[in-house]
Amino acid sequence: MEQVYLICRHRETPNIHQYDVYVNEAEGYKGLQKALALGRDEVINVVKASGLRGRGGAGFPTGVKWGFMPKNVQGPVYFVVNCAEGEPGTFGNHEIIENNPHQFIEGVIIGAYAIGATTAYIYHRGEFKFGAEMIQMAVNDAYANGWLGKNIGGTDFSLDIYLHPEASAYICGEETAQLNSIEGYLGQPRLKPPFPAQAGLWKRPTTVNNVETLAHVPAIIRNGADWFRQWGSEKSPGTRVYCLSGHVTRPGNYELPMNVTARELIMEHGGGIWKGHGIKGFIPGGVSAPILTEAHLDTVMDYDSLQAAGSMGGSGGCIVIDDQTDIAWLAKKMVDFYQHESCGKCSPCREGTWWQKNLLDRMMMGMGRAGDVEMLEMVSEQMNGVCFCPLGESSQGVVLGAMKYFRADFEQYGLGRAYDGVIPLGEITHGYEEAPAGGVKGNAMEAVEAVRSSRAH
Amino acid sequence: MLLAQRRETVDEILSHYPEKRAALMPMLYEAQDVYGYLTDEAIREVALILELDATEVYAVSQFYSLYYHQPMGKYIIRFCTDMPCALVGAEWAYQQLLDILGVQNGETTPDGLFTVEHAVCLAACGSAPVLQVNRQFFENMTESKMRHLIDIIRTSGLPQDGPALRHLPRTADTPTGF
Repeated sequence: MEQVYLICRHRETPNIHQYDVYVNEAEGYKGLQKALALGRDEVINVVKASGLRGRGGAGFPTGVKWGFMPKNVQGPVYFVVNCAEGEPGTFGNHEIIENNPHQFIEGVIIGAYAIGATTAYIYHRGEFKFGAEMIQMAVNDAYANGWLGKNIGGTDFSLDIYLHPEASAYICGEETAQLNSIEGYLGQPRLKPPFPAQAGLWKRPTTVNNVETLAHVPAIIRNGADWFRQWGSEKSPGTRVYCLSGHVTRPGNYELPMNVTARELIMEHGGGIWKGHGIKGFIPGGVSAPILTEAHLDTVMDYDSLQAAGSMGGSGGCIVIDDQTDIAWLAKKMVDFYQHESCGKCSPCREGTWWQKNLLDRMMMGMGRAGDVEMLEMVSEQMNGVCFCPLGESSQGVVLGAMKYFRADFEQYGLGRAYDGVIPLGEITHGYEEAPAGGVKGNAMEAVEAVRSSRAH
Repeated sequence: MLLAQRRETVDEILSHYPEKRAALMPMLYEAQDVYGYLTDEAIREVALILELDATEVYAVSQFYSLYYHQPMGKYIIRFCTDMPCALVGAEWAYQQLLDILGVQNGETTPDGLFTVEHAVCLAACGSAPVLQVNRQFFENMTESKMRHLIDIIRTSGLPQDGPALRHLPRTADTPTGF
């Protein structure tokens, strides 16, 4: 299956980030013009008919989400764009905003028009310094050419777009945490309901959409729903930017129709497993998606097929793992991330990730005790279904998912054996305060011995 | 100091939001830029501008990773060691960087130029190992490239940031990882 550039058009049209090039060579802002002529309801209908689903993680139909917004409300309505890309394994938005920002901004304006918003906030990663400059440049160009500001295209529709920088917190990718963060509170999730469409930013109707989702919108409006449906599957139409990373020969972004299989993505586009190794598993939707094995390689990479296979489409980040990798170590790296990024609001996540990390740390250091694997399993199961938001749920899901297929990798750490790769001991906090800061190379057993002997004194 | 030096920027940021409090995050970036890091005085001034308690400002600033509460080096290097990067050797590479600079995680070089810390996912996993210097990306890091980068910064500062073709798939002759 060949790549189709609906989003990554900068690969076919050089300098598409320049306003003139975008307008003259890439039908720029034609989608917005058409949207303004169609009217709000028809724009929502076209996007509904196209079957476009949110590319951020949940895969919720975008047109339906827009349809939830109340009609003819008095007072402000807000549009929030989630550009807080930070799911390990995902880097699609990063490429879009740096290289094709106008298409994204046009999508933002159409989306804001459809939901009746007059202010849009683009909540971007603090780390995307250059990306934010590119977005701001596109926004300035749009203002200068009458696509933003008062009475856009001679209609009664007015819109302002502001950039809001976040400062590196994974939880702020969750939509209600993002709203709290914009309002200036701690970026912790809110209870739903009320959903943002009823009470979002400053308790006003709000829609939150992902960058890649919105970048699809201009072409869908321009060419119609059927055009979009020529790619992908019935329930997951269109293309998606798959981010390939890990033990693959050619990592990078690949924009492919959503009916591509994992085998095609990894083996053909990615060039197969690096160094001629075999494949042990792959994580199909960013670090939050449970790991799948070689047996799942023919799974279609759309939302429903991956869910049926026991994982999820998530953010589209496909992480490939070769047969030399220790899955217990992999789980430790993932749990490190969740433990660091847990916002502390609910105890199942705050304490659960702490215990997961503590157990995996001591297993890796050769201080594992009999029953540690079972305890890790028990802790993870106790988190299942009781965490406040998907962050904690992901942490238990990835550990239990890894244990389901690779339990032997965990059990080898039962007694005494330590991981002999690199363990940055500076990161290991709980219960091992004496460990040397900075980390050790080689066999972690030596470090453990050092700790033990220092304890003996 | 923030108001004295950046009155226009402060007013511009405040104009984006219906409530002053919402300007907190962009304002903390500005304060950090002016004061060097978030000193108690910086926190108090932001609180004053936004009509908040200093405690509230402090709490929010502690929630995120990019606000600093102690003096930092002129160049802050953040190195991703998350799982996708670690798969291709980012933990080794990070250790090499620490060795090159002769510091440990979180420390600043004695000349005050570099502070090094590990970061959570920087959203550039396809070109791992990856680091940021003052929020500018440098990708596909190897030991020799990191030595080169440090030399360049020491002699002539940060190279200009630019549009990246870096997410394009690598060619066959591009070395992968380590």
